[in-house]
Amino acid sequence: MSFDFSFFSGQMLQDYLLHGLLFSLQLTVIATVGGIVLGTLLALMRLSGNRMLSLPATAYVNTMRSVPLVMVLLWFFLLVPFVLGQSTGAELSAVVTFIAFEAAFFCEIMRSGIQSIPKAQMQAGRALGLDTWQNLRFIILPQAFRHMTPILLTQVIILFQDTSLVYAIGAYDLLKGFEVAGKNFGRPVEAYVAAALTYFVICFALSSLVRRLQMVK
Amino acid sequence: MHWDWQVFCNSTLSGEATACFGAAGDITYLQWMISAWGWTASVAALGFVIALFAGVMVGVARTLPFVPFAPLVWVATAWTELFRNIPLLVQVFLWYHVLPVFVPAFGSVSSFWLAAIALGLFTSARIAEQVRAGLQALPPGQSLAARALGLPPGTVYAKVLLPQALRIILPALTSEAMNVVKNSSVAFAVSVTELTLFAMQAQEETGRGLEIYAGVTLLYAATALSVNRVMAWVESRTRLPGMVGAR
Repeated sequence: MSFDFSFFSGQMLQDYLLHGLLFSLQLTVIATVGGIVLGTLLALMRLSGNRMLSLPATAYVNTMRSVPLVMVLLWFFLLVPFVLGQSTGAELSAVVTFIAFEAAFFCEIMRSGIQSIPKAQMQAGRALGLDTWQNLRFIILPQAFRHMTPILLTQVIILFQDTSLVYAIGAYDLLKGFEVAGKNFGRPVEAYVAAALTYFVICFALSSLVRRLQMVK
Repeated sequence: MHWDWQVFCNSTLSGEATACFGAAGDITYLQWMISAWGWTASVAALGFVIALFAGVMVGVARTLPFVPFAPLVWVATAWTELFRNIPLLVQVFLWYHVLPVFVPAFGSVSSFWLAAIALGLFTSARIAEQVRAGLQALPPGQSLAARALGLPPGTVYAKVLLPQALRIILPALTSEAMNVVKNSSVAFAVSVTELTLFAMQAQEETGRGLEIYAGVTLLYAATALSVNRVMAWVESRTRLPGMVGAR
């Protein structure tokens, strides 16, 4: 058995891989932004000291963290059409799932980020006359984000790897692109190897970046 | 949208209601789910054993201070980068679709073993990082003192460094063990009839996705929780006076 990668061509990349790669990247970016926003809100709820807010947030985070992502994907694939009242594509329900799922993980990161800021910062802010929102917006959150940047980025790499799991609901992502191309050209083995290489290059580049960020710190 | 729990006591052949356990000659969805849970637990358990063994070896190799071991350090670093930068699902496909083409012996290995190996090696990279961090967290005097006493390098690790490092990283190992349970769900992609594949197929056959998914989700959560409790027990049993976490 010898490798034959001759089916890789510009046309093939455009026909099979490009929109798969774009979807994987879009999903990563949207889930990161949405997940961090929702996750920060959840973290604030958990730290609010108000049980009406902290209990539901804690329950949500613990539930999401004890179930495999694939099961959450299946759940939302089943439920999103119910809620929206019309059938949706696998892609849209993947986006909703990833935001909801990743929020739980970003919540825990942001929570420890916020807790790493000394209490005196909050008190000093209050002494200067800032209200709670201004205090969070200008004093606490910017520092928490900066402290947590390497861990947030590591989570983004994991998130990018996890996007391959949309396979379970049949969304067309990077992995699916390789798989379909491999089938159509009769070269599945080369396609899987190329998929592994592609993911490796992207993730390795990102994790090298994270390491350099940590060095600078 | 309404709940109909009867589905679990339906026969998987006829789809008709029958005794929840032990319908003659056929099994119910409840029985199928329990056997699927067994596969999930088996893939996860085997994967974790492989991950722990390989992870400790690779983690130790990355911290070897002796010059002649430089190539080993390099191999261990490459191992870690390779297995943690490729998505688990892609790794499962590599073991299932690609490896048998080059090593025909793997063609006759069941997909259960291939999925467990893939899961184990993927997790080993993460455990290796924890082990390395745990070893590096120890004061350098520990290793120097052990060697000054004349202990050979293997004994330095086995009797002095690892017992301390593994205790330090037990909380991280707990969350890795829970991750292994959750990550075992990717075995569905190579047709291991574990919980996730059961959820997909039973949903398709019965159309009762809500009840099936609820059952499977509860089983996953219960399994992850039990793993957590077992690891907490291990933690309390191995705790040493005067060390991190001691009372």
